[in-house]
Amino acid sequence: MKVLLRNPRRELEIAGPISVIALLNRLELNRESVLVIQGDELIPGDAMLDDTQTIEIRPVISGGAA
Amino acid sequence: MKCRVCRGPAVIDVRRQNANYCRDHFLRMCRDQVAKAIDQFDMLKPGERVLVAVSGGKDSLACWHILRELGYEADGFVIGLGIGEYSDESTQYARAFANERGWKLHEVSLRNDFGFDIPTAAKATNRVPCSACGLSKRHLFDEAAREHGYDVVATGHNLDDECAVLFGNVLRWQTDYLGRQLPVLPERNGFPRKVKPLVRLGEREMAAYCVLAGIDYIVEECPMAAGNKHLGYKEALNAIEAESPGSKHDFYFGFLKRASERFVGEAEDEQRDLIPCTNCGAPTTGELCAFCKLVDRSSGYEPVVLRERR
Repeated sequence: MKVLLRNPRRELEIAGPISVIALLNRLELNRESVLVIQGDELIPGDAMLDDTQTIEIRPVISGGAA
Repeated sequence: MKCRVCRGPAVIDVRRQNANYCRDHFLRMCRDQVAKAIDQFDMLKPGERVLVAVSGGKDSLACWHILRELGYEADGFVIGLGIGEYSDESTQYARAFANERGWKLHEVSLRNDFGFDIPTAAKATNRVPCSACGLSKRHLFDEAAREHGYDVVATGHNLDDECAVLFGNVLRWQTDYLGRQLPVLPERNGFPRKVKPLVRLGEREMAAYCVLAGIDYIVEECPMAAGNKHLGYKEALNAIEAESPGSKHDFYFGFLKRASERFVGEAEDEQRDLIPCTNCGAPTTGELCAFCKLVDRSSGYEPVVLRERR
């Protein structure tokens, strides 16, 4: 599957099937810090992803120090 | 995963609540949490005019959206900070959001209206950009509320923001800041009331709210904030949260319940003896307020050109 990552924007190719949680673990991403999105839909942590999918892993942490 | 409310398919988990939600019940939970915060901390009264500080990011747009959904008379205010393409894009998101809904958005540009921008101010003052940015925002939000007759300024600070600030203030025992770190700052000495309606919701929830409510927001991070301490604190707190869900909520609300009152006196000392700035009239301790000093130092400085992204 295609995985789009942000900040910086980049694309990875990951072999499926794999669960969302396993994918985040493999990429060493904290579940609290990202959303997994396909189109306009959120993909829950227990969903299985296959090779045909294109997903975005969107960081949710933002903000200045002021 | 099943929705806690309707047992239908869930789209998101909120681990600190030990709950999963479908789209509709997640959006409702977010609105309920904001209504609860408003009620819990006496943030807003019916009929008050609210000015929402908008950046084009997820938190401020979600805050504006939820306040409107809850029936409040809320308009937006956006500042062109002049941080290269990032600021232009952020402002576009804020404009598009307001235009699509026919909601009023006030705009100010640091470069056009005051002759400087954040990268230039950072260089001119030799301080971190977030310092000049925060100072400018606080001043201009207050000024806009006074000028346009709003009772209160609402910001999109969420639970993660408040936890990260609290963490930083505790690390250095900045007791005057701890005394001011409240979800509501009452109106006084010429400053409008300031409220943070999102304090009961985390950053991940606000991003999810925007996706599920169809709100387009700028996902890219501010290039000047990259690598700052605040983001580092958030990552550290999320590492704790992943191991022990609910830690951030307990940290912040435990502080409000058990500790914050102890520091209020120190913050009040700083609020005494304020006089109007001789240039703009904003309350300040000296002749010129900090914002007017920033304008003085930065507006004559050669503009700093940021490298374009990507």
